[in-house]
Amino acid sequence: MKDLLLGNEALARGAYEAGVRVATAYPGTPSTEITEAMALYPAEEVYVEWSPNEKVALEVAIGASVAGARAMASMKHVGLNVAADPLFTAAYTGVNGGLVIVTADDPGLFSSQNEQDNRLYAQAAHIPMLEPSDSQEAKDFAMMAFELSERFDLPILLRMTTRVSHARGLVEIGERKNIPLKEYKRDINKYVMMPAMAKRRHYSLVERMSRVEAYANECHLNRIEWGDRRIGIITDGIAYQYAKEAMPDASYLKLGMVYPLPAELIKEFAVGVDKLYVIEELEPFIETQVKALGIHAIGKEIFPVVDELNAEIIAKALLGRGFATPEREKLAGQHVPVRPPVMCPGCPHRGVFYVLDKLKLTVTGDIGCYTLGATAPLSAMDLCVCMGASIGSALGMEKARGKEWAHKTVAVIGDSTFIHSGITGLIDMVYNKGTGTVIILDNSTTGMTGHQDHPATGWTIRKEPTYQASLEALAKAAGVNRITVIDPYDMEHMEAVIKEETATDEPSVIIARRPCILLDKKRTYTPYTVDMDKCMGCEICMHLGCPAMENDDGAFVIDVTQCNGCGLCSNLCIFDAIKEADI
Amino acid sequence: MDKVTNILIVGVGGQGTLLASKVIGRWAMNAGYDVKVSEVHGMSQRGGSVVTYVRFGPKVFSPLIEKGQADMVLAFEKLEALRWAPYLNEDGIVIANTQEIMPMPVIIGADEYPPDIMERLNTMCKRVLAIDALDMAMQAGNSKAANIVLIGAMAKMMDGDKQSWLDVITQVVPPRTVEINQKAFLKGYETA
Ligand code: SF4
Ligand code: SF4
Repeated sequence: MKDLLLGNEALARGAYEAGVRVATAYPGTPSTEITEAMALYPAEEVYVEWSPNEKVALEVAIGASVAGARAMASMKHVGLNVAADPLFTAAYTGVNGGLVIVTADDPGLFSSQNEQDNRLYAQAAHIPMLEPSDSQEAKDFAMMAFELSERFDLPILLRMTTRVSHARGLVEIGERKNIPLKEYKRDINKYVMMPAMAKRRHYSLVERMSRVEAYANECHLNRIEWGDRRIGIITDGIAYQYAKEAMPDASYLKLGMVYPLPAELIKEFAVGVDKLYVIEELEPFIETQVKALGIHAIGKEIFPVVDELNAEIIAKALLGRGFATPEREKLAGQHVPVRPPVMCPGCPHRGVFYVLDKLKLTVTGDIGCYTLGATAPLSAMDLCVCMGASIGSALGMEKARGKEWAHKTVAVIGDSTFIHSGITGLIDMVYNKGTGTVIILDNSTTGMTGHQDHPATGWTIRKEPTYQASLEALAKAAGVNRITVIDPYDMEHMEAVIKEETATDEPSVIIARRPCILLDKKRTYTPYTVDMDKCMGCEICMHLGCPAMENDDGAFVIDVTQCNGCGLCSNLCIFDAIKEADI
Repeated sequence: MDKVTNILIVGVGGQGTLLASKVIGRWAMNAGYDVKVSEVHGMSQRGGSVVTYVRFGPKVFSPLIEKGQADMVLAFEKLEALRWAPYLNEDGIVIANTQEIMPMPVIIGADEYPPDIMERLNTMCKRVLAIDALDMAMQAGNSKAANIVLIGAMAKMMDGDKQSWLDVITQVVPPRTVEINQKAFLKGYETA
């Protein structure tokens, strides 16, 4: 039977059919659907969890592997930075049950803070990496990854990219294999990485990887497709599909195992073609290694190192022309207003950023829907680097510029992000005598990635009730004495609290608590409307940046189909012109 | 059909374009084609411009559609129709929902919502079909079914057999919304 699956769903299917027993992840675009799809398989067959962060996710998977189960941890590319510590040493220990680590990279930065190329992790950590180029391969490669992991006693990295993760394609569905747990034996020489043992395992790693290097030349995931021999293209992942679209008749060496590379196969291919190109997204990862073999190839001389590729870029580089006729090209040049993402109408974060902007505070930000608070018209964020960075960076600013600065600064972080890696920053702030103010935007979910649960929601990935970690208790345990819970729809109170807390000379935490509007199903509300007789056109309400409001040639109107009735605009209006609509 | 058919589904994050692409993708799969559907998840789904690429034919490589290659743009919002129309080929068709959703630069007065979208579309494409999908969806029983109204219009344009589409809709939408969605489909189908 065939099904039309996202690359991520297909990967999950492959892991399931390969007998995976433990699957862990922290949500992150473009990887999230892998673990959501895993959770659709029966709990008796696969244990699935949202972990608090990627490092923990990988550690749980490592434990499961050592205990004899096939295990998988999935994350976005920057998540692998968080999990890099266990990653490198897991290469030393190797595995018992097969261990697969999925890294979903985001060339083109559709939903990320950078576009790092995680193929470099495979090389740095000495871990084999497979890279599928469509949904069927995502499934097949996932299955293969478990086999290889057990065969070579190594974790396997499986690299997805956004266009493979989020493209649907036809996938042949099979049966789940019955893979029993492997026997567990204590083996401190293999699993306890103290210096003496670790050094021996490092020698072992070099030896294990040399076997994989030899195997790469015969691995069926690497294949030559002979076509027109005047042009030979070495490529991997989604770049293969783009290249085939642009140059269907050329000869190809398609690499399914992108680390280690098959040196013999590359040499064979290179001598069989007149002109050799390497086509890959982002870094010249394959190209550099091909050139190190003494082979002449053309790569980043003509292809970009920034942004994703597509068939058009490849056609232009190799043939000197794209797909569109010149007349069509011209049409693309016309001005069309951009449509950047915005917080939803009624989003509980909106009022917070309105107040922060009004108070002219310096705001260190974090990763989530609320990062959109940096955009106009709220424009209330100064810094956003990575998950959990808001609190440490606020402390750093205070240490650089003194207490007075701290009185004008807040760190803003979501509930899920706080659990992920904000808590350690808060411990640092208290421990090292910072006086900063931290606002935890608690919308009871992981919003941007599509609403996943986390330890402070009280629900597991399978929607079973569980212990709900308390943000207040965590802050208290870190040593924060001033903890205030506010309703972000009550802007007046919020403003007073923020003023008071930023003025004190001790660390404080403000928890702005209200569920994400898209989840708050219990809430009943009436949309608002503008009474044109009372509206004076002062535009105060427009500074909220609510997408349900529009300025129709000086007349302010609210689109009732979009308004979620939060009432923020009505509270701001000093002429009492915005009221609940009669419907 | 020995050539690949390329359809762009465009709109504003949150409008339900993903369900529409699922319907078209399944229909093409049932019809025996190779299919690729490229979706957008993550940040753009928060009210940004979103595009889904649907491609089907004997063999599909890239999941993306290049400029000048689309046979049809199915637009859930008028401005998005204009944004993506240059992707059409010379014979391309636009089906545009007449709904207008203001982007933030327009809301804050930094830009203007183009007043002449329909005229501009007409000069760019062979055929433009403008339909008030929101209104028709409400007539069918739920404003959320606007995406299926648009699918109905598209199915007619593609000359497909009506029943094959109705079957897919029954498979894809939540069971309790089947009736409303089938009604919505027929409204769109009859308009085109
Ligand atoms: S999804 Fe929720 S948290 Fe995110 S912008 Fe929308 S309302 Fe706000
Ligand atoms: S009440 Fe006002 S601010 Fe809130 S969603 Fe409606 S229009 Fe937007």
